[in-house]
Amino acid sequence: MTRDDLVGYAVPALTLGLGLCAWEALVRVFDIPPYLLPAPSVIIVTLFTDWGTLSASLWVTLSITLKALLAAVIGSVTLAVIFAQSRLVERAFYPFAVALQVTPIVAIAPLLLIYLAPSVAVLVCAFLVAFFPLLANTTLGLSSADHNLVDLFQMYRATRFQQFMLLRLPSALPYFLAGLRISGGLALIGAIVAEIAAGSAGQGSGLAYRIVESGFRLNIPRMFAALLLISVAGITIHVFLTAFSHWLLHEWHDSERGREA
Amino acid sequence: MNKFASIAREVGEAISAKAVPATAPRTPLATFTDVDKVFTNKTIALSGLNLEIRSGEFLSLLGPSGCGKSTVLKLLSGLTSATRGDIGWSCERPDFGFVFQEPTLMPWSDVFSNVWLPLRLAGVSKEKARPRVAEALEQVGLSKFAKAYPRQLSGGMKMRVSIARALVTRPAVLLMDEPFAALDEITRLKLNDDLSQLQASLGATVVFVTHSVFESVYLSDRIVVMAARPGRAVAEIEIDPPGERGENFRLSERYAELCRETSRALHLAMGEAAPGELCE
Repeated sequence: MTRDDLVGYAVPALTLGLGLCAWEALVRVFDIPPYLLPAPSVIIVTLFTDWGTLSASLWVTLSITLKALLAAVIGSVTLAVIFAQSRLVERAFYPFAVALQVTPIVAIAPLLLIYLAPSVAVLVCAFLVAFFPLLANTTLGLSSADHNLVDLFQMYRATRFQQFMLLRLPSALPYFLAGLRISGGLALIGAIVAEIAAGSAGQGSGLAYRIVESGFRLNIPRMFAALLLISVAGITIHVFLTAFSHWLLHEWHDSERGREA
Repeated sequence: MNKFASIAREVGEAISAKAVPATAPRTPLATFTDVDKVFTNKTIALSGLNLEIRSGEFLSLLGPSGCGKSTVLKLLSGLTSATRGDIGWSCERPDFGFVFQEPTLMPWSDVFSNVWLPLRLAGVSKEKARPRVAEALEQVGLSKFAKAYPRQLSGGMKMRVSIARALVTRPAVLLMDEPFAALDEITRLKLNDDLSQLQASLGATVVFVTHSVFESVYLSDRIVVMAARPGRAVAEIEIDPPGERGENFRLSERYAELCRETSRALHLAMGEAAPGELCE
């Protein structure tokens, strides 16, 4: 680890630590009651004491997010590949995709809850939010192969399939991965929003419902603990997808390489 | 073994077996007779082009932008067809190698896979292609770089990879579209030397498109000067170097004389076009 790395990690860690200390001191000095603003130490303790309930909810939210993301990847790549085959099909279906994208998911959720079981409706909401960036990026990526390379493939009499596998798919990969990173975060947001709209209680409820429920009960420390878990889940998804993208692209793509001096 | 490659080898061997000296008459390989090419947007790229490409020669097409030089290469390769006129081949249509102005490499593939591509598209497996790829990389002096990625290479090295990819099918005809235009002068001179030697040893026919008088005189057996709007051939210059092509030729009085002559022909060709239409 170089000096630059040390500074790069140490400085943000230090500011975060100082911020938490200031928060803790503020609560203690002014004797703020935990139902108004809990101290970081109280939140951590709550996280441990309520771990049973919270971890179950975390798992529910995470599994919805990941299932939605997986479905969005499969759906969008399939559709993008179909779009890439025919301009006409793309023109025909794009209005539907755009309409679904621009309508806020909070507004669609109540309708979905009428048609579908709450657990399925939440999944569909998260899927819809994650779907569009992936579709748009992959479609763009598939049509952005280097024109000279397309000419070269034609000169060497490549089949349509060869051109697709050896040229269009690799060209689309950076675009797809950029879309995936956006959709990873959006799938979590979609799942949380849909859970709040669904308001489903009981065993199979996710972190969003824990927040709503804690609000009703004025259990503010637990509310903060649930928020913390959502943040950590979001950060984990982001870090994982960034690492995945780096792993696939670092050999060749400019976005994944520092500039050599 | 794919059909094209084997044909290419036979043609290549037939040509190199003859080992034609630069001065001896060469047999025509392809003949353009009164060829017109009009694009769908009504642009006239070529009008009444007559051109002969001779077996085993290094032919340069020299001219201003818009004179249809690149269109000639596309017609030869069969990527597009003539609107009018005839392009005749003396034998069966040969196998081609292509080099563009940009190296046009696949950034996600290493040097080996980039050079393997033409064989891969013809159905040759990686293992079977290995000796041929190694041979092509050796010809351009990049044997040690098979595992490198394009972004790790300099502009000149990328162009060498591009040339290796064109050579890997052992084509009888090499079509080069301003391959060194984007390179710095020093790299360009070095690549000119290497290309000249390579062509002499392979005996392949090269059709080379360029803007540069000096480059065309240095490399070619014959230069065809073209004029723009509409594109057509206006002059033909035979290049007869006193000795071997190399630094001595570049510094010789004969080279300077040929450059002057070619330059004059090019200016004449450009003078015929209306002013302001010379550049794009």
